[in-house]
Amino acid sequence: MAQPMRIRATMAGDVADVKVLMNHPMETGTRKDAKTGQLVPAHFIQEITATVNGVAVLNANIGGAVSKNPYLGFKVKGAKAGDKVVVNWADNKGDKNTEEATIS
Amino acid sequence: MNALRRNVLKSAAGASAVAVAVAAGLLKPTQAMAAWNKTAFEAKNVVDAMKGIGATNPADSKDIIIKAPDIAENGAVVPVEVTSRIAGTSSIAILAEKNAQPMIGEFNLSGGAEGFISTRIKMGQTSLVRAVVSAGGKTYTAAKEVKVTIGGCGG
Repeated sequence: MAQPMRIRATMAGDVADVKVLMNHPMETGTRKDAKTGQLVPAHFIQEITATVNGVAVLNANIGGAVSKNPYLGFKVKGAKAGDKVVVNWADNKGDKNTEEATIS
Repeated sequence: MNALRRNVLKSAAGASAVAVAVAAGLLKPTQAMAAWNKTAFEAKNVVDAMKGIGATNPADSKDIIIKAPDIAENGAVVPVEVTSRIAGTSSIAILAEKNAQPMIGEFNLSGGAEGFISTRIKMGQTSLVRAVVSAGGKTYTAAKEVKVTIGGCGG
């Protein structure tokens, strides 16, 4: 089950500073389980999309080399307080999650 | 100015069309994920990985600033921040040169997103962290070395 993610979006001048913290194990598929010696199957977020008031601002493809519980920060010019930020992700197992926040 | 505006609008419309298609259930997640750049992510060296994202011979640029620690005590969590001052930056890719699979992520920006990405990456060993920026159909690059200490005693 997808764990909730956290979004914080604040205005700094005329630029919105968006910080997203996702909950995900981000297994690369090359790590071995210490007990069994078996490879831990790959399980990582592949795609992240973000929109501000319905306008796409970010479309990211990431691999297993992004740290566990990925953090992502980006900045959007021209956004204003009260705008709605929506972040979606999808992983290699078809799991996905979405979360929204309001810029303050 | 107008040409840039058009491009920005066009790419924003294209990206949101995909989002709408996903939301409407037209595209199943598995199909949507076909867009994931397998070639680039599974490449075993930097040159192939850069080729995979269409950056065959990026020009060195001083307008790309990579903020990362000089010494990372924990290779599993290395904070990296990339700022591109190049006008019209449309995507930022991050690579760790000596990782078994150097490609870490490609971030496509649109709709007013600034040339800035901040994230945390995994690094297998001391290596250059490379950023590849694409702007106006051209690619630019910059790199910064990050030392990874295995013992975790710092240095």
